[in-house]
Amino acid sequence: MNRIADSFNNNKAFIAFITCGDPDLETTGAAVREAVKNGADLIELGIPFSDPTAEGPVIQGANLRALTAGITTDKVFDFVRDLRKDVTVPLVFMTYANVVFSYGTERFVKTCREVGIDGIILPDVPFEEKEDFAPTCRKYDVAFISLIAPTSGERIAMIAREAEGFIYVVSSLGVTGTRSEIKTDLKSIVDVIRGVTDIPCAIGFGISTPEQAAKMSALSDGAIVGSAIIKYLEKYGTEAPKYIGEYVKSMKDAM
Amino acid sequence: MSNQNGRFGIHGGQYIPEALMNAVIELEEAYNKYKNDPEFNRELQELLNEYAGRPSRLYYAEKMTKDLGGAKIYLKREDLNHTGSHKINNVLGQALLAKKMGKTRLIAETGAGQHGVATATAAALMNMECVVFMGEEDTIRQALNVYRMRLLGATVVPVKSGTATLKDAVSEAMREWTSRIDDTHYCLGSVMGPHPFPTIVRDFQAVISKEIKEQILDKEGRLPDAVIACVGGGSNSIGTFYNFIEDKGVRLIGCEAAGHGIDTFETAATINTGKLGIFHGMKSYFCQDEYGQIAPVYSISAGLDYPGVGPEHAYLHDIGRAEYVPVTDEEAVCAFEYLSRTEGIIPAIESAHAVAHAMKIAPTMSPDQIIVITISGRGDKDCAAIARYRGEDLHE
Repeated sequence: MNRIADSFNNNKAFIAFITCGDPDLETTGAAVREAVKNGADLIELGIPFSDPTAEGPVIQGANLRALTAGITTDKVFDFVRDLRKDVTVPLVFMTYANVVFSYGTERFVKTCREVGIDGIILPDVPFEEKEDFAPTCRKYDVAFISLIAPTSGERIAMIAREAEGFIYVVSSLGVTGTRSEIKTDLKSIVDVIRGVTDIPCAIGFGISTPEQAAKMSALSDGAIVGSAIIKYLEKYGTEAPKYIGEYVKSMKDAM
Repeated sequence: MSNQNGRFGIHGGQYIPEALMNAVIELEEAYNKYKNDPEFNRELQELLNEYAGRPSRLYYAEKMTKDLGGAKIYLKREDLNHTGSHKINNVLGQALLAKKMGKTRLIAETGAGQHGVATATAAALMNMECVVFMGEEDTIRQALNVYRMRLLGATVVPVKSGTATLKDAVSEAMREWTSRIDDTHYCLGSVMGPHPFPTIVRDFQAVISKEIKEQILDKEGRLPDAVIACVGGGSNSIGTFYNFIEDKGVRLIGCEAAGHGIDTFETAATINTGKLGIFHGMKSYFCQDEYGQIAPVYSISAGLDYPGVGPEHAYLHDIGRAEYVPVTDEEAVCAFEYLSRTEGIIPAIESAHAVAHAMKIAPTMSPDQIIVITISGRGDKDCAAIARYRGEDLHE
């Protein structure tokens, strides 16, 4: 497994988050392809959840729109199967523990492998609870991606040592959403991570401008952007993909 | 009853964002430090007795007993506590603990508003800032409690996301805690959420069964045959059950809100209709669809209108130690009216669910048997809503 490592190989990685099915899967597919065409190195695909407790209002809205439109886990798997006909960048799922658990963890991860998903991010599964999911992910060679927060402190090394795929460094306290300023001492966090593992780390939460993308990717191996992209879907709906393409290009160029 | 990782059998755990892990670890360490500390317990006991009015009465409901013609019925009067419900027991404990931890701000979720009012009260007493998250739907159903909280100096934030009820208030309180941990304690109101909350809240509510035991031994010289309480997240019920768990002769009966019935989608009876899942920090039973999306539950009672149940209840159900029965809106409203007329006690609509089930089983039992019903709160807050349920055009 290697698609994830490869995407960090050449330069700084730009990681785009898109909620599946907002407002429909056709648009999601078009948005992913536009993002990739314009330089996105890895795509995080959100499987909607009714109660996304780690998300701010923008991504909460995307979850709600997608669920209202009738998105299900099975439809998302079919969508990825189709996407994989031409999209080759690494794809990781970002969803909540209950979506995986209720599907049957083994069945979920096995299907991830079959359709070409490279990793899973579950923001409500910390280090202490990862045994519910990580061993199954290892069995099917799907990376169980860990998050590190500004409050992680002495937990950073413990988490980093067992990390797989890439490490998601949360830039700021709170939920997802754009921020005018990121104050956390991210360099110290990345230094601790680099001291114990070679796995790449990317920074997410609050990044929306090219300047922030440049700054965050300089500190780490990449930048993750979600809410800023979802805002285009919120505003333009099915017309959003072309705006997302332009936006991704502006971000990638700055890195 | 829980192991080190906060598990009750397979239930419980800490399914929360990494950002909160050090906060719950800090809370657990502080709780372990203070729970057996004589000074902490002396202060808490004084607050419970002098401020909250404990011990609460165990009242022999003679008219109800005679009318139903079966088991002898006692009511554990948590409705007589300061702020009008059992919620104050937990809140005083957590607020005191938060104070010892150096926190200056309490946040809380609330459904019916009882926990919010209790938290706002403790914050006023202890000079702490207080922010309460309440589903917008509930701020309308329980407008008077919103005013109470504001009167007590708290900020009430109406939550518009999702179904705009208790589960969304919990989600929003968790989001708020993630953004502000240093000075803030999340004063969770039920035996749910990530470890150590289910254990802390249970310990602070266990005073209910501790007192019932002493009082019933004093009055009757024996233990009851059954104790009955309503279950939403499950704090007054776990408090009612806890000191009887080892007494196998005492039936533990939890009454879930069935709403329009457990054969409809308009229900909040989690153990009766839900399945195993992971949500709000814990593994337990949840009302959810086949893809794990949390169901929009329904009950006339805002305090029981929650799609999950505390992990210790899920465990007591698994091992068959406690029974969980559904009670519909209509049955609860009838019990609300019955207790008001028969004993002159207006119970909270939540507690009325427990009364309703006692009305079903008491006549099937013999006069030498004893039932204790926990009246978890008083029903003043519900009068307008019940009047409307009965077709009267009454607004607060």
